Amino acid sequence: MDILNAVVAILNFVVIPAAAYGAQLALGALGVTLIYGILRFSNFAHGDTMAFGTAVTILATWGLQGLGISMGPLPTALLALPVGIAATAALALVTDRAVYRFYRVQRVAPIILVMASVGVMFLMNGLTRLLIGVDEQRFADGARFVIDVRTFREMTGLTEGLAFKTTQALTLVIAVLVVWALFWFLNRTKSGKAMRAYSDNEDLALLSGIDPDKVVRMTWIIAAGLATIAGVLYGLDKAFKPFNYFQILLPIFAAAIVGGLGNPIGAIAGGFVVAFSEVAITYPWLKIAGYLFPAWQPEGLLQLLGTEYKFAVSFVILIVVLLFRPTGLFRGKSV
Amino acid sequence: MSEAQADTAPARNEPASHYLAATDMRGGYGKVDILHDCTLTVDKGQIAVIVGPNGAGKSTAMKAVFGMLNLRQGRVTLDGEDITALSPQERVRKGMGFVPQVNNVFPSMTVRENLEMGAFIRDEDVDETMDQVFDLFPVLKDKRRQAAGELSGGQRQQVAVGRALMTKPQLLMLDEPTAGVSPIVMDELFDRIIEIARTGISILMVEQNARQALEIADIGYVLVQGENRYTDTGQALLADPDVRRTFLGG
Repeated sequence: MDILNAVVAILNFVVIPAAAYGAQLALGALGVTLIYGILRFSNFAHGDTMAFGTAVTILATWGLQGLGISMGPLPTALLALPVGIAATAALALVTDRAVYRFYRVQRVAPIILVMASVGVMFLMNGLTRLLIGVDEQRFADGARFVIDVRTFREMTGLTEGLAFKTTQALTLVIAVLVVWALFWFLNRTKSGKAMRAYSDNEDLALLSGIDPDKVVRMTWIIAAGLATIAGVLYGLDKAFKPFNYFQILLPIFAAAIVGGLGNPIGAIAGGFVVAFSEVAITYPWLKIAGYLFPAWQPEGLLQLLGTEYKFAVSFVILIVVLLFRPTGLFRGKSV
Repeated sequence: MSEAQADTAPARNEPASHYLAATDMRGGYGKVDILHDCTLTVDKGQIAVIVGPNGAGKSTAMKAVFGMLNLRQGRVTLDGEDITALSPQERVRKGMGFVPQVNNVFPSMTVRENLEMGAFIRDEDVDETMDQVFDLFPVLKDKRRQAAGELSGGQRQQVAVGRALMTKPQLLMLDEPTAGVSPIVMDELFDRIIEIARTGISILMVEQNARQALEIADIGYVLVQGENRYTDTGQALLADPDVRRTFLGG
């Protein structure tokens, strides 16, 4: 029984939250890695692109709620999501036209594009705050749990409870669907293959008659879609606060680099590696140790690192990977 | 104009009748000209080979024909049409295929996808052309699901040539197709190139392995410092004592 309780506790406090968080990071890292693979720079504005998309989605959600439209047990934000994606894609395309294209036609060094993206980051940062303010917004409605702690206890008779939030379930389902759709697009459609070809060998893609402007446009639209979906899922699961989306940039980049920049499968794997490391290292394992080794009476909480230091985990992963395997686990492009 | 050209390129008599005629090309990358009145012509189904010492401007001449270099002087005609002002992409649509010397495949894509990308500008069904490429290079059919970057050097060259063939070009340009492959693979590649020419496709290629390349050449151009030094059939150049002594090592 104690072992079962330990398993349930691990599921409840580590596996489920880390899986949901990992899926959110993976979607964010996919956007970063696509832009890196095709436009060849690290887009520092990706976190704030996520924030902008989420802010627009929240505004649209409020609009729908005002009209009395809801989706029953599912959050209304899902209905508002297409509005957020469309607005973010438009913003990304305008930004590319106004900023990145200027540098791209000159074939500047990637670092210049990275610095330009830092400028875009601050701009989007301000735009989002003008749009929705700096405060925390909670916009999840509908059913809160798929399984709640009490029902689980009554069902199983275990002392340890397990909660599975609707937002966590949604995150996992939507992430699977989005990743499937993205890979189907990249591997099965002519446009998707053209994007991969352009990422692989730009000069040969041009010789083959692939239109670079179209590839760039598609990349921004897809990246904006991924960013908005990732941002909305993260906001539903936790809460929306513009500053958090700026901070989440670090674990997202850690995920993309761990997996190998430019490699979509790597971005997904990296998202889960970072999320599981972060949650496992900041979780106090005392309770689980108590179930497994009742005789052992450790002194502390068995917590390796306080949650306020969770970003240190991303930093350490990032540095270790860059030192020992700069191309990442799945052989992406070297940073 | 034809009188002026007569003394610089004696081999060319009627420029308009050649399938490809690049005449009096002068140009380079910066201010310094690399090509000086360089003339290259290829007839239908012919194999033309450009040889010469290092730095003679062989690859530059090829790039000029393909429009990757701005010409200060001279013109390029394909099937009688003046294409001097066209971009490389537009020349592909006119029937030119180009195989660069390096970075000539999409490494993370499968062999099949590489061929599909070669046919990107064609809207119709390309399976028939792909089958022809697989007939020409049977090993590619076996490896069609494998990433091109994982293949051996010789197989990668086959993918590169196959990719260029997917647009059904009338003129195939190869920049040192046998660079870095073993002698056995080189012979095999030359055999395939002869086979391609037999289907009526004109070939223009730059080669380091001058002796082997001239053996299969209908017409050979020996370039020195961006100028035509010798122009004749491959066999005649091989037999020419001057060419042998200077460029073929005896």
